[in-house]
Amino acid sequence: MELHIILLFMIFGAIVAVEIKDLISSVIALSAVGLGLSLAFLILKAPNLAITQLVVEILCVIILIRGTINKDLPLVRDGRWLFNTIATFLFIACFLVFAYFALKELPNFGEPLMRVSQGYIAEGLAKSGAINLVTAITLNFRGYDALAEAAVLFAGVIGVLAVTRKTGKSHER
Amino acid sequence: MKDNQKGMTLIVKTATRILFGLIFVYGIFIVLDGHHAPGGGFAGGLIIALSFIQLLLAFGRESVLEQLYIKRSLFLSAIGIIVFLISMSLVLLGSGFTARLIPLCDIAVALMVSAGIFAIFLALISSSELKGEK
Repeated sequence: MELHIILLFMIFGAIVAVEIKDLISSVIALSAVGLGLSLAFLILKAPNLAITQLVVEILCVIILIRGTINKDLPLVRDGRWLFNTIATFLFIACFLVFAYFALKELPNFGEPLMRVSQGYIAEGLAKSGAINLVTAITLNFRGYDALAEAAVLFAGVIGVLAVTRKTGKSHER
Repeated sequence: MKDNQKGMTLIVKTATRILFGLIFVYGIFIVLDGHHAPGGGFAGGLIIALSFIQLLLAFGRESVLEQLYIKRSLFLSAIGIIVFLISMSLVLLGSGFTARLIPLCDIAVALMVSAGIFAIFLALISSSELKGEK
């Protein structure tokens, strides 16, 4: 059910990203799609991939594009201080409430959950044949996670190359 | 010496000439040693890409044909991820755990990461050069 809502949100964001004229707004809409994809990965039980997706597609793409294309954003600061202040406090309150409920669920310091990790430590060498346990986990037990991380990174590379390309942009301005 | 006008000073160029091979070989060592020592595809690929970026920074960006290199880097990156995909599907077809495929996966990831990072660097350089011309 949540997956369907997230997929509809991603489709809407993708349509906005394709159809909108402004480049920065298009990139923001693309990052909204990336956020939806990250949540979908989280629901489908791939947390490593969700973190990579969040970092690469949202943070890196926005920072890279914002750093390369220095057309300044039209920031409107006057006459909106009431709305800005209310929105800021609303987001801070939201974050604090969710953090209160999330932090209560965490295990105590020094007592980690060892359900899956115990299996890795016990039979990692016998099953994967790699002495380095980190490599055994990333490339054998979590191999498809690593594959999709590499795919996300490759998609990020293609996105950056498409934004900074020379051909096809000459008639702009 | 017409090369002295481009890039950084002679000291940096000489140091780069000596250090480039060492850093490059160290990156390859990190990649190939990943399954029994700390390291692996991502870190080793980044070291390889950074050695090329050092070469590019020291000798000036006029010394490379950027558009050509961007296409070649993207091609190598695509080859890396396809090799990784094929080896992971071989794992799926086989027993599920195959130790012999770990070095292959490492090399594929390193190829993909190094070529991709280098392509991003070249693209950023060439786009900033484009802005300077306007």
